[in-house]
Amino acid sequence: MSGYNFAYLDEQTKRMIRRAILKAVAIPGHQVPFGAREMPLPYGWGTGGIQVTAAILGQDDVLKVIDQGADDTTNAVSIRRFFARTAGVATTTRTTKATVIQTRHRIPETPLRADQILVYQVPLPEPLAKLEPSRAETRQMHALAEYGLMHVKLYEDIARFGHIAISYDYPVMVNGRYLMSPSPIPAFDTPKMHRMPALQLFGAGREKRIYAVPPFTSVRPLDFDDHPFRLIRAPHPCALCGARDSYLDEVLTDDRGGRMFVCSDTDYCASRRDIAEAAGEAA
Amino acid sequence: MTLDRPGFLDPVAEAQSCFRSVLSAMSRPGSITAMSHAIAAPPLDPATAAVLLTLVDADVTLWLDEPLMPSWDWLAFHAGVVRAPSRAEAAFLCVTALPPLAELFAGSDAAPETSATIILQVPGLTDGRPLTLYGPGLEAPAVIAPLGLPDDFVAQWEANHRLFPRGLDLMLCARGNFLALPRSVRIGEG
Repeated sequence: MSGYNFAYLDEQTKRMIRRAILKAVAIPGHQVPFGAREMPLPYGWGTGGIQVTAAILGQDDVLKVIDQGADDTTNAVSIRRFFARTAGVATTTRTTKATVIQTRHRIPETPLRADQILVYQVPLPEPLAKLEPSRAETRQMHALAEYGLMHVKLYEDIARFGHIAISYDYPVMVNGRYLMSPSPIPAFDTPKMHRMPALQLFGAGREKRIYAVPPFTSVRPLDFDDHPFRLIRAPHPCALCGARDSYLDEVLTDDRGGRMFVCSDTDYCASRRDIAEAAGEAA
Repeated sequence: MTLDRPGFLDPVAEAQSCFRSVLSAMSRPGSITAMSHAIAAPPLDPATAAVLLTLVDADVTLWLDEPLMPSWDWLAFHAGVVRAPSRAEAAFLCVTALPPLAELFAGSDAAPETSATIILQVPGLTDGRPLTLYGPGLEAPAVIAPLGLPDDFVAQWEANHRLFPRGLDLMLCARGNFLALPRSVRIGEG
């Protein structure tokens, strides 16, 4: 694309973001402020993730973009096209072929490798924001590792509902030091972050924060000994591929109560169906 | 005087691939990483020169120690970097001997990311005293044996690590290769 630098951002902005990313990697889970730029799409559409991706992306990268696990939804399609046009990079929908995966609200089902980077789009980087509105105050709470407020919130959930009622954006402790928002991924995905071989980078455009989890770093959901973290998954197999281990979307099929449960990760589902089909032809 | 030496030949692509080398090294402490584009700008090591052109510009301050001062004009020309008034105030330090870590800026508890990054040019990354690394980024403890570290390095680093989340991040460069030691790693003898 003429008139733009490679991957849209100018080089000085990329250097500023790159310096922030390196400090974020050195302090796992700490939110590093950065000078987020105005991007050619609105806040809430992944401007933070896009800026992180733009700062790391190179000509040899293969980019995959998912939105709620799907490669074919509006946000994923437009971001993938944005980088195909502004950086001319190869894109893919296959998790195994990608070197950089930008995601909104899911972690792929296929385990990621050490040579891959996962970039999360983050709407609210501050895990304490709903409990303490002042940023100055939450900054101080992180400085002192004072996370009692979040434990109280979890305890109040147990007192009122009998269990910790957080189904997405489940607060985690990173490297035993920082309370971190994993972005609004389902609680089902949270355990995948623990000691993941791939580098995980998080970008929040409106809130102007970057944070990171290096490979093989401890990421533990906050819980209590007598109320341990539990995975939540709809008790059905995928209607398309039969998977019993994947996170499911509930799809309404008519207005008479018809519904089906299908894999939220479209690549995982399609790969499983391809394998089943090939095995069927071979038999 | 090295002003006539070129910087990156293809600034956009080379800075990007050098950054990915740095990011990979910082994510995997102690792993010896070949800098994807070595730049000949003595007395800077090819890896040191590439790290600096990748990360510094007019937005940050840099401190060079005496043996590296001949590279100042080259850096000022290619990166437009600002000279730090003192090493305690520098965002980046590029040195041939490790200054006492306690004298450098380690950030604050609320803003630990403001701490200094040290780029230390050493004679070699192997054949030195073995050191074992533990911490984030490492699947299992890793052993490094760089040359050119002060005798009390382990004790100094222990003090630096104990400041966490405050602390200094260190990169060691030698002959076009480098490794990174973020503040999050613990270092033991042997």
